[in-house]
Amino acid sequence: MPDWEKSSTARVIPPARPRKLAKAPFVELADGRLQGVVSSGSDIERVYVSSVTAGSYAFACSTNNNRPCGGARGSFCNHIRTLINEAVLQYGAGRVARYLRVELAEPDADSMTAAMSAARPAPDGTRAAATVFSRFLRHLAYLELAPVTTPVPELQWFPPTRMTA
Amino acid sequence: MVPADPDDGVMRADLLAGTIAGLDEALAAVDAFDQVLVAGVLRPQPAQAAGLTRLADAVEGTPLAAPAAVAAGRAAAGAATEEHLVVLAAARAAVLGSVHDALMIQIAEATGRAVGKEAASGQPGASQPGASQHRASLLGAGRSWLCDLARSGWRGLDHDVVSGSAPVVSAMLADPVLRRLATLLDGFAAELAACCPGAAAERVPARRWADLWSRAMLLTLPGAAATPVTGTATGRLLPLGVDLHEHATAVQAQVHAVFEPADGTGSRLVRASVCAPKPDTVVGAGVWPLLRPHLSLLAAVSDGRSMDLTDMPVTAEGDLIWSDAHARPGGPADPFATARVALPAAAEAVTAPLDRHPARIAVPVFLEGYAAGTDDDGLVFTVAGHPLAVDDDRVPAAGPLTPEAVAASAACIGLLRWDAGAFSVQPLAVETTGRRAAVHAGEWAGGATGTTGVKAEKAAADAVAVLRERAGRLLRK
Repeated sequence: MPDWEKSSTARVIPPARPRKLAKAPFVELADGRLQGVVSSGSDIERVYVSSVTAGSYAFACSTNNNRPCGGARGSFCNHIRTLINEAVLQYGAGRVARYLRVELAEPDADSMTAAMSAARPAPDGTRAAATVFSRFLRHLAYLELAPVTTPVPELQWFPPTRMTA
Repeated sequence: MVPADPDDGVMRADLLAGTIAGLDEALAAVDAFDQVLVAGVLRPQPAQAAGLTRLADAVEGTPLAAPAAVAAGRAAAGAATEEHLVVLAAARAAVLGSVHDALMIQIAEATGRAVGKEAASGQPGASQPGASQHRASLLGAGRSWLCDLARSGWRGLDHDVVSGSAPVVSAMLADPVLRRLATLLDGFAAELAACCPGAAAERVPARRWADLWSRAMLLTLPGAAATPVTGTATGRLLPLGVDLHEHATAVQAQVHAVFEPADGTGSRLVRASVCAPKPDTVVGAGVWPLLRPHLSLLAAVSDGRSMDLTDMPVTAEGDLIWSDAHARPGGPADPFATARVALPAAAEAVTAPLDRHPARIAVPVFLEGYAAGTDDDGLVFTVAGHPLAVDDDRVPAAGPLTPEAVAASAACIGLLRWDAGAFSVQPLAVETTGRRAAVHAGEWAGGATGTTGVKAEKAAADAVAVLRERAGRLLRK
């Protein structure tokens, strides 16, 4: 390996892994949280906006219309558990654990969920749901943007990699 | 082993081994400045003052000398304005531009190919007609975010600083004129976000982030990102291979090809590109369906065909601005025949001033008669006794070419690249020993084949369908 710090094309983050999006159409590690959108199991018109904060594991879950999720009063609800499972599929358990600062030798979705629950996290009062939902809508908008056939030389700095999450 | 001979189109790897006078000094000046950005320019320490001076000294004797000296002085005093930071970005780009030029001279000797005489247009495009106030203010907002980054430094990164880019990038993405900068900022910000907080990061990709930062700074200058069309191309296009680029929310395919003008003038190397924004869960072979409808050339690549161009717009840098209306399918054309026969005679275009950077070097080469082996750093082709590193990590998962096939190859079409002080070859296609069957990285560009490819395309199509369904329900409210 050439010197990573002196490489213009150093690989910093591995590409996401493909996963089925039906359960959780949007998952991201951003703003110091694992956050995303989880489809309701019963109502096709409804989605839940769920998040877990890095470090404190403070959690939140509400519908896109800002009604609190009944399951997330004192501990992680099923939407948050789904969010963690899907994040592990997309980013790999190691990266999710590092981001959330869960210290486990060999993390997986179950052990991470158990470790965070055991820390008895508090509900998150920051009301990030609106931000997360707008980030989801922004993500959907990528599908609507027209491709261009003018070259983007800057993408020379973003080669593919066979490294996996 | 067959000795490499420039007359048959095989690259002379021995000519890449020579040292370049002044190269180490130039890179040391770049490194010194890159360390300044690691700590940030909010409260500069003496080591950073020295780094800034080192960069300013490196452009002594150029038109940038005076402004760079002033900018370095002000930055060292913790009082750099946006203009000063733009000047420092320009000085760094100029030093790396000189490195690029020296490397390209060495490469021309190794490939034995002529470099096109037509000088690339030195003028950044004038601001586009209709360039609105809105566009200018978005560029200003981008520059202001980049200046915030420079002040906090990579070690001072936090989520607040990084998330400042999101509204700017969203607004820019919607405007195709600003797409280049938006795509760069989007990929850059995603990396920065993944490494927050900077103080806790194990290590910092100092060269890379300083590259992305300075490049973005220069692209915020009005007109800098324009791609001026300088002519049209009519003749036969013979594809060599496909180079893929991607970050979480963008993908670009670049087809490298030999163009034979219908008027009988000399053949030359050209590229055709298509770049699409994408959701981060569309990866691997799933990216091709996003690109395919906009570049008929991708189907020609998969079919092993040439294309006939009529009045296709082209830049001085050799970039075709593709439009399917100017192209129709031609006859069968084997890329290995093109590499053996047509590539040696094709002239290289001159790189546009702003694009002169070592990371932009991607020179098509043909290698044969090498011994493939491994050393401590990975796969190596020994060409006429000289080792050349093989960047097999760059072989995309979106195609049937694998590092294993490359390791078992007897002939290779690749792109010669340079990074972190060393040349390497990025394989685009190989002929394997024994069966002499060809495998191309871009084989699935026009349509995936084989179980893996078909499955990956199907998975990506399902992901896109779910997102569209969700968008349909949620965006209409």
